[in-house]
Amino acid sequence: MTDTAAAAAAPDTGPDTGPEPGTVIRTRGLTKRYRGGQLAVDGLDLAVPAGSVFGFLGPNGSGKTTTIRMLLGLIDPTSGTAHVLGRPMPAAARTVLPQVGALIEGPALYGFLTGRDNLVRFDSADPTADPRTRRARVEDALDRVGLAAAAGRKAKAYSLGMKQRLGLAAALLQPRSLLVLDEPTNGLDPQGMREIRTLVRELAGEGTTVFLSSHLLDEIEQVCTHAAVMARGRLLVQGPVAALSAGARGRLTVTTPDPADAARVLAEHGATVLVTDGDRVSTDAPQAGVELGDVNAALVRAGVRVRAFGVERASLEDAFVALTGEGFDVAG
Amino acid sequence: MSQAELTAVPVSRAPRRALWSLGILRSELATTFRRWRTLSLLGVLAAVPVLIGIAVRIETGDGARGGPGGGGGPAFLSQVTNNGLFLVFAALSATLPVFLPMAVGVIAGDSVAGEASGGTLRYLLVAPAGRTRLLLAKYASVLVFCLVATLVVAASALAAGALLFPVGDVTTISGTRIGFGEGLVRAGLIAVAVAVSLTGFAALGLFVSTLTDSGIAAMAATVGVLITVQILDAMPQLDAVHPYLFPHYWMSFTDLLRDPVYGDEVARNLGLQALYAAVFGSAAWARFTTKDITV
Ligand SMILES: Nc1ncnc2c1ncn2[C@@H]1O[C@H](COP(=O)(O)OP(=O)(O)O)[C@@H](O)[C@H]1O
Ligand SMILES: [Mg+2]
Repeated sequence: MTDTAAAAAAPDTGPDTGPEPGTVIRTRGLTKRYRGGQLAVDGLDLAVPAGSVFGFLGPNGSGKTTTIRMLLGLIDPTSGTAHVLGRPMPAAARTVLPQVGALIEGPALYGFLTGRDNLVRFDSADPTADPRTRRARVEDALDRVGLAAAAGRKAKAYSLGMKQRLGLAAALLQPRSLLVLDEPTNGLDPQGMREIRTLVRELAGEGTTVFLSSHLLDEIEQVCTHAAVMARGRLLVQGPVAALSAGARGRLTVTTPDPADAARVLAEHGATVLVTDGDRVSTDAPQAGVELGDVNAALVRAGVRVRAFGVERASLEDAFVALTGEGFDVAG
Repeated sequence: MSQAELTAVPVSRAPRRALWSLGILRSELATTFRRWRTLSLLGVLAAVPVLIGIAVRIETGDGARGGPGGGGGPAFLSQVTNNGLFLVFAALSATLPVFLPMAVGVIAGDSVAGEASGGTLRYLLVAPAGRTRLLLAKYASVLVFCLVATLVVAASALAAGALLFPVGDVTTISGTRIGFGEGLVRAGLIAVAVAVSLTGFAALGLFVSTLTDSGIAAMAATVGVLITVQILDAMPQLDAVHPYLFPHYWMSFTDLLRDPVYGDEVARNLGLQALYAAVFGSAAWARFTTKDITV
């Protein structure tokens, strides 16, 4: 498969042009206030490194889709700027977007067309797509998402998972520098979620930068190298996933038939947030510098019969709780 | 694939560009004419002349009592029994005030709003179709629909007329006679004039379509505007504004059946349609290119 079109139309555009080498998405003070007065995105400064699988995490209504629509030129920012592949959006949409595949707020298809004809339709809309290679690229994309067998069926007969995969196929009609996937596993069963995650890993392995929004923490933890956390339109934190969760303390859990005594001893050692659940007592892991062996020894000296004693590594959720002081509950 | 591989093939850009601009138009046409809704509208339009023909045939029974000035109903109806070709003119006269523009209103009103309500608009735009390019393709495909719809009426009328009635030389409105061949040419001209009559309203429908994200609302509003304007055009109190209403010169196509052809009102109709197309086309463009796509 050759794609002279994309190269011809945008020969000098790439992730490494523009103000910041190696940054595929860069926003400065990006803000969107909807006409109703709703401040959906508030002063967003986002930097997505080239080659990353970037998780854009936030509860429903936190402004993820609004941000993605601004990045893709579908809506105009109220203020601030967005650069994608080193070029300003929406001004450079014509040269940037052929290199970007996108899934925005779920798939949208022509129900009366077959899966294959849906892809032909979306490919025809791209003026840089070579019509001579269209058939072949459509078949490749269908293959890639495992829809080759169902390609001749009308899209209205597709299950949600199949529609989602067809939407992904549309994003993969050409070799892309960047894939923007807005909640790609929404509404899928666990099997469907696994398939999408596998595909994302595959694409990332080929060097495509993937920008993936989700309201599911574990999803981001499973596939992303980097993450940004949004809440109520504001960016709370961004960086490599490992660094984010390292910033939060893990949890110390003691299993014992004497939970009341254990809680008292732990409190004496400076534990603050204590949770007792049956025979399990857990708390924030002690500060670095506190020797865990000493804590265990103190428990035993106090006559606490310890059945198990361990520290769980901090998860992204712990990081989130540490940042906001509240749980990552899904509002709305 | 490597970047070297990509750029190695020399590209002759100009002809390809043109070809690819047509790609979206082809895709628009295919999408429009594969819709069940489009086909059923065309089906209804094809049925109208057949029904008119059958009604005339039944009414006149065996005694052909046609002739100029015989009875009411659409223009030319009375002449159909003498010459089947007149069914073309009668059917176009009957469908132009309501059926044809209503069909155009449905297609034009749905053109952008339907993609918005289906969510496919956002995927076309990130493809990236380009807002101006997409709007032009949409308008072009609505114009093609205007022509196809008119030709469907004319062709169905011609077939029904030839089957149900005798055909032959044509008596023009001026009273002269022209041969059947020339009559056919006039019928073709008239069909084109009728199709062009719909272009202003098509632009209006396109504009309405950019105002809302609901295909149904856009279709209803467009057809509502049509009916309102038709009523206004029939109110004698509003004489002063009539020359600016898009349907005002629609019936001017009958002038093409005079001998010699009388072109004043036909030209005025063309000018008015061009004005509507320019005004509402620009309005649609201004709206669509600045609109937040939130669906
Ligand atoms: N078209 C719109 N008009 C007005 N408010 C909107 C619109 N779309 C989204 N919002 C509001 O903006 C906020 C962010 O929404 P959204 O970007 O969809 O969040 P997310 O994708 O993270 O769930 C929400 O409070 C939502 O109600
Ligand atoms: Mg969302």
